[in-house]
Amino acid sequence: MDATVTVNGTTYERDVEPRKLLIHFLRDDLDLTGSHIGCDTGNCGACSVILDGVLVKSCMLLAVQANGANIETVEGLSEDGELTPLQQAFNEHHALQCGYCTPGMLMSATALLRENPSPSEDEIKRGLQGNICRCTGYWNIVEAVKSVAK
Amino acid sequence: MLLREVEYAKPESVAEALELLAANDGARALAGGQTLVNVMKARAASPDMLVDLNGLEELKGIELAGDGTLSIGAMTTYSELMSSAEAKARPILGEVAATIADVQVRNRGTIGGNVCSNDPTNHLPPLMVAVGARMTIVGAGGEREVAAEEFFLGVYLTAVGPGELLTRISIPAGKKDGFAAVTLGAEGTCICNAAASVNGAVRVALGCVDAVPVVLTAESPEEVADAVRAASLMPPSDVHASSEYRIHLAEVLATRAAQEAAGR
Repeated sequence: MDATVTVNGTTYERDVEPRKLLIHFLRDDLDLTGSHIGCDTGNCGACSVILDGVLVKSCMLLAVQANGANIETVEGLSEDGELTPLQQAFNEHHALQCGYCTPGMLMSATALLRENPSPSEDEIKRGLQGNICRCTGYWNIVEAVKSVAK
Repeated sequence: MLLREVEYAKPESVAEALELLAANDGARALAGGQTLVNVMKARAASPDMLVDLNGLEELKGIELAGDGTLSIGAMTTYSELMSSAEAKARPILGEVAATIADVQVRNRGTIGGNVCSNDPTNHLPPLMVAVGARMTIVGAGGEREVAAEEFFLGVYLTAVGPGELLTRISIPAGKKDGFAAVTLGAEGTCICNAAASVNGAVRVALGCVDAVPVVLTAESPEEVADAVRAASLMPPSDVHASSEYRIHLAEVLATRAAQEAAGR
């Protein structure tokens, strides 16, 4: 099936098999490998992307369902090589250990801060509830998000 | 994960969706996909065709009638239920929706998908029964309304037959409701849950203890535990809880839900 998807401002037209999950389309067809596959069961959130302004797990969506949609992935966060304040805060607070969950954490925190620029610590934790860090490095991730909360 | 080959159709109306479902034996309706896509990965379901209900405006929206009755489109997401001003007519709906899974799942998962999948560990089947919801089902034969108590027929089985769709859920106004659950993780899968509503007597619907929600009534929250014991539950045992422990949880959670409902 033909699908037209805009990812990080670039529009792609591709022939997609209906059975292909959005995460595979992003990684394999568009070569945008920033979004990770952690569990492939919808639990870990490493594949989180923002679809038409809504945070979703891209392993629980077919690529064809994104036809006509505007998608933001971790590759689209920084502009002209400049890290966003959130990305910078992850760096400064050592908010990653192995880094595998980081793309998903960044997308979830980005979506949270757009909706609520001043989240409490509890709201940050709830906002990141769908993202698992198997290094268990949650403390510094929450500290990083807190540091950019207004 | 590569799914088994599947056809994909995106109808532009409920009528077209019904035609697609009726014309293809192996077709399944795709709502939020937060359960179906996962079970397709595991090959526990292998539909030949997915009929995507996303984008059908007829299945969206929450309307509040003059008498306080809510009409909720089946494709309303948990997040929409949480943020809807209209849905505050029955506050428990948004409160329970906020405890389902996580942000991403709540953004895609729908009230219709939750009740139609009728997994015995889901939150919404017992809640719908406790609040006296009525489900509107459409098919080739027209439209009918089914009370929540008669909607849930068995594990993964509801009154929505082949070629039919749940379109809307109607819920009367009310505030005296409660919900209690013991879950895997803070807001994970339920090991046992109970929804209660007080309207004169206490009405409790228990989840996770049988194939469908178990309904009990009692005169007061204090008498709910006796009503649970009298129901002679025989819940399944699994790695999370033995049958005996689930019976214990059912008593505790039914009482907690009833107390919450009575206290509002």
